[in-house]
Amino acid sequence: MSSWHVGTVVETNSETPTGRSIIFDVPGWTGNLAGQHVDVRLSAPDGYQAVRSYSIASADDSQRVQLAVDKLPDGEVSPYLVDDLQVGDQVEFRGPLGGWFVWRPTDVGPVQLIAGGSGVVPLVAMARAHAAAKSTEEFRMLYSVREPADAFFASELQSLVSPHFALDWIYTRAAPEGAARPAGRITADDLARLAAPATSNPLVFVCGPTGFVETVATQLVELGHDPQRVKTERFGGK
Amino acid sequence: MDHVDGNVLAGPLGELFRFDLTTTSGECRHCGDIAVLARAMVYLDPSGYVVRCNSCGEMLMAIVTTEKRTWLDLSGVSGLQIPT
Repeated sequence: MSSWHVGTVVETNSETPTGRSIIFDVPGWTGNLAGQHVDVRLSAPDGYQAVRSYSIASADDSQRVQLAVDKLPDGEVSPYLVDDLQVGDQVEFRGPLGGWFVWRPTDVGPVQLIAGGSGVVPLVAMARAHAAAKSTEEFRMLYSVREPADAFFASELQSLVSPHFALDWIYTRAAPEGAARPAGRITADDLARLAAPATSNPLVFVCGPTGFVETVATQLVELGHDPQRVKTERFGGK
Repeated sequence: MDHVDGNVLAGPLGELFRFDLTTTSGECRHCGDIAVLARAMVYLDPSGYVVRCNSCGEMLMAIVTTEKRTWLDLSGVSGLQIPT
């Protein structure tokens, strides 16, 4: 059911000191759902291959696919994607993949998006799909980053804020001047204060490093959220 | 390396099955928990994937790929609920 495509880089944008977004043109790609991912395969001249999964930031019917990648210091693939890949270069894609961690514009009910770092990527796709569909379902995003410069798609997310899309930030190391909340890791109190309440039975999508996702998912359940309504996507690391 | 979610198996299992196995529910042979595969804990290894029950931590399945073949060990899954 899944097949390999060849994608050609058409545009790159620096997003953070260690991450960037990349737009590929992928002939034969017929679009993807918000939240889906691709497997990216790189092949070295000696035949060695490496495959990694990356969430898709775009969510439309076009054959343009946008990824956003944060460089892992000891990574095998991400440093290449962030530092070396240039416009015109090609990589192989398998996808779109995954029918579980997705939001469809026909979905009914409130949605809470909770991101840690580059875990925001599939949630950006959902926010974009929500805006593109002019959906009036209540969306909220809670985005945890070390400091303001580490946010992916920050200005676009801010521009999406509307009566149907709320955006709140958690800064773990350095908060901007005048921020009401001091810098620190996300707590149950933050979730109680800023996330959709369990009583509204929201569908919750949590994506980020494994430790972040574990913490948030546990706290959500303690706050009364139905575990079946909390969907997680961990990408490993710390 | 920390684990990731069963969601990551959509690609490799998509090579083997004609439906998205990650959205189907499987029953753990060890504890009887029934959950969508996307919720399982996946440990990545250079040669493949070890998939553990999110409820009891026992092994549900393993996917090991070598140059010549893929070995799919389903010994921890007693059944799958596949939507018709």
